Amino acid sequence: MSTLLSTDHEDASQHGWQYRLHIDAPLLFALVGVSALGLIVLYSAGGEDMELVQRQMLRLGIAFGTMIAVAQVSPVVLLRLTPWVFITGILLLLAVLIGGTTSGGAQRWLDVYFVRFQPSEMMKLAVPMMVAWYLADVRLPPNRFQLLASGIMIAVPMLMIAKQPDLGTALLIASAGFFVLFLAGLHWRIMIFLGVVAGATAPLVWHYMHDYQRQRVLTFLNPENDPLGTGYHIIQSKIAIGSGGLYGKGWLNGTQSQLDFLPERSTDFIFAVLAEEFGFIGILALFAFYVFIVVRGILIAIQAQDTYTRLLAGSLSMTFFVYIMVNTGMVTGILPVVGLPLPAISYGGTSIVTLMAGFGILMSIQTHRKLLAT
Amino acid sequence: MLYQLTLKDHLFEYNLFSSRAITLLVLCGLLLLALLSRLWYLQVIEHEHFTTLSEDNRVKLQPIAPNRGLIYDRNGILLGDNFPSYRLEITAEQIDDMPSTLMALEDIIHIREIDRDRFDKLLARKPRFEAVPLRFHLSDEEVARFSVNRHLFPGVEIKAGLARRYPMGKVAVHALGYVGRIDAQSLKSIDTSNYSGTTHIGKTGVEKTFEKLLHGTVGVRQVETTAQGRVVRILKRTPPVPGQNLYLTLDSRLQAAAEAAFGDHSGSAIALDPKTGDVLALVSMPTYDPNPFVNGIDYDDYANLRDDPDEPLFNRALRGQYPPGSTIKPFIGLAGLEQGLTGFSSSTYCPGFYMLPGSTRKFRDWKRGGHGTVDLDIAITQSCDVYFYDLALSLGIDRMHDYLQHFGFGKRTGVDIVGELPGLLPSPAWKRQRRGQPWFPGETIITGIGQGFFLTTPLQLATATSVLANRGYWMTPTILRAEQESGQDALLPHRSQIAETLSINNPQNWDRVIHSMVDVVHSIRGTARRIGEDSPYRIAGKTGTAQVFGLKQEEEYDAEAIPEELRDHALFIAFAPVDDPQIAVAVIVEHGGGGGAVAAPIARKIMDSYLVDEPA
Repeated sequence: MSTLLSTDHEDASQHGWQYRLHIDAPLLFALVGVSALGLIVLYSAGGEDMELVQRQMLRLGIAFGTMIAVAQVSPVVLLRLTPWVFITGILLLLAVLIGGTTSGGAQRWLDVYFVRFQPSEMMKLAVPMMVAWYLADVRLPPNRFQLLASGIMIAVPMLMIAKQPDLGTALLIASAGFFVLFLAGLHWRIMIFLGVVAGATAPLVWHYMHDYQRQRVLTFLNPENDPLGTGYHIIQSKIAIGSGGLYGKGWLNGTQSQLDFLPERSTDFIFAVLAEEFGFIGILALFAFYVFIVVRGILIAIQAQDTYTRLLAGSLSMTFFVYIMVNTGMVTGILPVVGLPLPAISYGGTSIVTLMAGFGILMSIQTHRKLLAT
Repeated sequence: MLYQLTLKDHLFEYNLFSSRAITLLVLCGLLLLALLSRLWYLQVIEHEHFTTLSEDNRVKLQPIAPNRGLIYDRNGILLGDNFPSYRLEITAEQIDDMPSTLMALEDIIHIREIDRDRFDKLLARKPRFEAVPLRFHLSDEEVARFSVNRHLFPGVEIKAGLARRYPMGKVAVHALGYVGRIDAQSLKSIDTSNYSGTTHIGKTGVEKTFEKLLHGTVGVRQVETTAQGRVVRILKRTPPVPGQNLYLTLDSRLQAAAEAAFGDHSGSAIALDPKTGDVLALVSMPTYDPNPFVNGIDYDDYANLRDDPDEPLFNRALRGQYPPGSTIKPFIGLAGLEQGLTGFSSSTYCPGFYMLPGSTRKFRDWKRGGHGTVDLDIAITQSCDVYFYDLALSLGIDRMHDYLQHFGFGKRTGVDIVGELPGLLPSPAWKRQRRGQPWFPGETIITGIGQGFFLTTPLQLATATSVLANRGYWMTPTILRAEQESGQDALLPHRSQIAETLSINNPQNWDRVIHSMVDVVHSIRGTARRIGEDSPYRIAGKTGTAQVFGLKQEEEYDAEAIPEELRDHALFIAFAPVDDPQIAVAVIVEHGGGGGAVAAPIARKIMDSYLVDEPA
């Protein structure tokens, strides 16, 4: 502990401005790097539409602003606010289920005056915060009762979101909660047990799935079955990636992307555009940024000074990784099509704001340490 | 809570967390490795495969239709032409309000109901960015009216294309035929890839027969398209090879004169150049205008043509099968001479009827009182039936069949237009096989005057006549004179095939028969003397009258008393000038009555047009 503290001290003196501004420079630079790469790809994917890029820049500006604002909030304050944030989130989800705006067959939005608000986004942060808050003061690893309580905290919002239906976000929230438990020392036996239960209930889940969700799973299992329907996405995406080769076809030269063969190429399938135009090398560059961000997040978690911040930082970093894996796995055809964007690259969505707010929390955790220690 | 707090072991928890975090990082690393190997598989190992798929996606081949060859007559007058035709096209993508746009358009151009129907069908099928035709063949006035108002119709355009046109309209339609839209049936007989850009195909006549030459070879445009098929750019272009221009043997001036000569009569006429076999005129009356067929004739108009009792759509020249009547007599006479059954001196007495030995049935001559004593010359000149009853019986059906076969009766002439029928040259073998009945001597007798089962097409008659004119030299009739590659001046002459040369025992017999045929026209007792009186050239001819229904034994034929459709067909065959035959003609006038009175004048007009009237 003391050795860690001393290195932290050196860090702190070296990067004094970071502590004053509550910004973690490595994380910030990596995030800016990914976002810049994203804008370059988006310009091509959007058919060289500068307005589209400008709108995305505005959105990124808001997201980075939110991140820096959140970073200013001390983890102590965050800890105190956590239950209220969580309860508010649950109430909002309830409101969505009762009177939310329907869009694209799913009920996810709340119209609050001028703003369209998606409470499920808020829960991406609120759920890991809540579970971390709950486990902050207990002796780890958590006992069965605590696990059950944590499980309820995760399951209730998750099921409410799954009901909207928004399977992608529900899974993300579940995994965010799970990572908190895992990092808190969830016993391997229980994980195996949970795995078996999950396997056993799979047919039940299937039974309650919407037709389009079932279709996605079936299509994932055999995309060539429905080459013009749902399988079309995956087939065209694989063609885009594969034809990109090692070095890519060059920026703005991807025929799959530029000639409309690739669906959703500015949003969920933007990874395929990157792969087509910049090739395997381009993908490695993107992953270099991503890996750096995840590792940095885990390091921040390890260096965190109390259970709450440690668990929260770890969970947020891992959720980011899950985000990447689910999206890229979908685009490359190794996971079913789940409507999740590629973080910091895909166009649009309120998710980028939530994501950056999460990094704001990470930055806050990293840069408020000294204050906690003294 | 307080109790648990005291038990919290910070170092333990820190170590637990760190080990868990590192476990996760390792797990992340493994997952990442799995993903990267997947990407390596797609992008490096399977790269070629996906490159091919991506090229297939992007590059489409678009056909470019070749221009159809033109059709000229023997003097270079256009019979089948391609003319720029304007069509109105609408691109749905650029139209805000389709119904009101169409309403506004209706004020400017005429839109029929079938145009709307076709348009709606295409609109539903084609992508929105593709232009869909609403009207074809806009008139100049409509083009002008639209051009003035063009600014009111964004997304509506006039496009130019080539369409088939038959400048001479009704003239020679049964020879030329016409093109029409490719239908399911014609799809079966063509190389669909070569027709991928083509909308029309020859349906009948020359247009159908020489479809291969006229059509040409399709060109290809390699284009890059979007997923919706919108063309982004042209990558490569292979130009189409236009079809060959065809020069026909027809003389359109002669053809028009021949059609005019028929007046209101139905029937058919063929004029051949006996030396070459060239079909100079191919007439089937009444005719019709092929132009409406090119882009789909209105149903009512088609029904009118189809249900017309005069059957304008029926190609009588190639498919009309008529009893040859007395026009067959010169050929029977030649057979008799060749077999030594008749000669210069031998004669028969004609009392006006003929009876088979041991029978009371009377075969009547057309002349009630009979011709008296007749030799072959008189028999041909005056068309004595009794003489030929007797000769036919002497020859017998088998020898008659054999001789007539050499003149092409009973089989297709082999003319190079599709659809020809073979006629019918009866024989005992044929009757046994098709009717299951024995041959009766009475049938031999009436075959001798071209009645009974005997059927010929006008083309067969004309061909047989030109063999007579050639004294046995057979030329297969042909309608294609020469081909010309598009953009070239040189004509490639089309070779006419010589089927055979009829060699006979005594070549003088040709002169004998021809002499009698000259007498038909130029002697005072000839049945066609009316056309011979003022003829500036000498004609060899033979009249014929083909019975449509049989008269009873003692019944009198009275043209006025029987309805027109049961009246006799009038026939006439001829060639001229006799010393150097340049034209051979066969004319059939349906229900025209007598050959000398009705058919011969038409033949004379045809020959005049060819031999006398010089084009201005």
